[in-house]
Amino acid sequence: MRGRAFPMLLTAALALALAFLALPIVAIFVDVAPGRVLSSLGDPEATDALRLSLETTAIAMAVIVVVGTPAAYLLATRSFPGRAVLVTVVELPLVLPPAVAGIGLLAALGPKGILGPALADSGIQLVLQTAGVVVALTFVAAPFYLRQGQAAFGGVEPTLADASRTLGAGEARTFARVVVPLAMPGLLAGLALAWGRALGEFGATLMFAGSFRGVTQTAPLAIYDRFATDFPGALGLSAVLVAVSAALLMSVKLLAGQAGFRAPR
Amino acid sequence: MTGPRRGAGMWAVVAVAVFASLLGGCGGGGKSVLRVSAASSLGLAFAAYGRQFRPASTSFSFAGSDQLAAQIREGARPDVFASANEALPDQLYAAGALERPVVFAVNRLVIAVPAGSHTVRSLADLAKPGVTIAAGSPSVPVGTYTRKVLAGLPSGQRTATLANVRSEEPDVAGIVGKLTEGAVDAGFVYVTDVQGARGALTAVELPASLRPRVAYAAGVVRGAPHPAQARAFIRGLLGGVGRAALLRAGFEAPPAGQPGT
Repeated sequence: MRGRAFPMLLTAALALALAFLALPIVAIFVDVAPGRVLSSLGDPEATDALRLSLETTAIAMAVIVVVGTPAAYLLATRSFPGRAVLVTVVELPLVLPPAVAGIGLLAALGPKGILGPALADSGIQLVLQTAGVVVALTFVAAPFYLRQGQAAFGGVEPTLADASRTLGAGEARTFARVVVPLAMPGLLAGLALAWGRALGEFGATLMFAGSFRGVTQTAPLAIYDRFATDFPGALGLSAVLVAVSAALLMSVKLLAGQAGFRAPR
Repeated sequence: MTGPRRGAGMWAVVAVAVFASLLGGCGGGGKSVLRVSAASSLGLAFAAYGRQFRPASTSFSFAGSDQLAAQIREGARPDVFASANEALPDQLYAAGALERPVVFAVNRLVIAVPAGSHTVRSLADLAKPGVTIAAGSPSVPVGTYTRKVLAGLPSGQRTATLANVRSEEPDVAGIVGKLTEGAVDAGFVYVTDVQGARGALTAVELPASLRPRVAYAAGVVRGAPHPAQARAFIRGLLGGVGRAALLRAGFEAPPAGQPGT
């Protein structure tokens, strides 16, 4: 009896977690007629929001990968004084409430922020602009990639990189040809998490970039906007966003699986 | 080495969680808590009223009236709903979700500009190229009133003004925020928001002929957990500490002799 109780407890806990996490998502699709999902795709305001969401998140992901990959590599492979503090600072946006992120971005990059005058002098406008949406998304999503990237690089067997260097490949070449391919599954997993977080971003975007159709109104802002006046429409758009996010997560996971399969062992 | 340390960390997290829940628990103090869903623009006035309201301790949810109405339609049951218009309470009353609403205050729509800014001095200035405006989203009352004002303008001026709108915010708090942080040159808000910003904003009045009637209505939610205290709360808005708090915040009493909506 005693031997069986614990596995049953584990199963019950998993069942509870699964029911709790899946129910709201299932409810979106139960509540919304399939035709409603399609008609929300035909609504120009909804498609504007979806297109803006995909564009801004794609740009944010490009920035995060280009800057975040080498940064995560450095954090994962070098030890230097204050490294632990640095890692904490980099991860802090993970646990920040979005409203705090929005206020922080305004205080740093807003018209009255620390860098506001400098940005204005160089003709860069972020607040209430599409560029501001990208900044907000990058801020909240980058830590997901950096964190996962560090773990991925940390898991790469150091002797493989050493061997590559012994064979005459330079540091940069070893990084590009050996280390990154080996870390690819982890990097892709980090990218999926970051992308999902960016697609769902709401508070920081609203506070920093505002909400204007076609310019700064991303899909989550459009859902909030229509929650009050058009609940079925909000559900329809939510269903589309769930589908897009799930498709993204699945495809990155598939890619990661392939990369893991191909990586030399 | 890591074993005991990790254990200590976990206990620290548990301790923080317990402490936080104790702190949260203290607020109730045994008195029943009256939950009031109110328009964002009522924030300061209601917070002051809540501190003086004796029959119950109060807990406020301030947001766009449309969002709060939608929550009630979806089954949320606060005790009181106070809206920045009459239309939403009327709809909820018609749907049987609210007891008969009453108009308890009127407000005035104005153009707000950051204090010391001279870019916008009149409604006409809003149509100038390069001027940036924050407005309410069309679904929130402040956005509806704003569009009513713009609908009264000659079509050229209306189009030019609308073209300068840079953000459609879900509530007045968002518009005030965009103004105080200097993101826009002007915004359509209520005169009470300008007063509440304590000198950060200046009001530019709209021509009297274009001013929309901005009346606030409130009602007791049907199925409210504390209907008696909810009615007392609304009575206080019509004459008493609530009315006094509203007047201090810059609201005006509704014209005398006006029945409920």
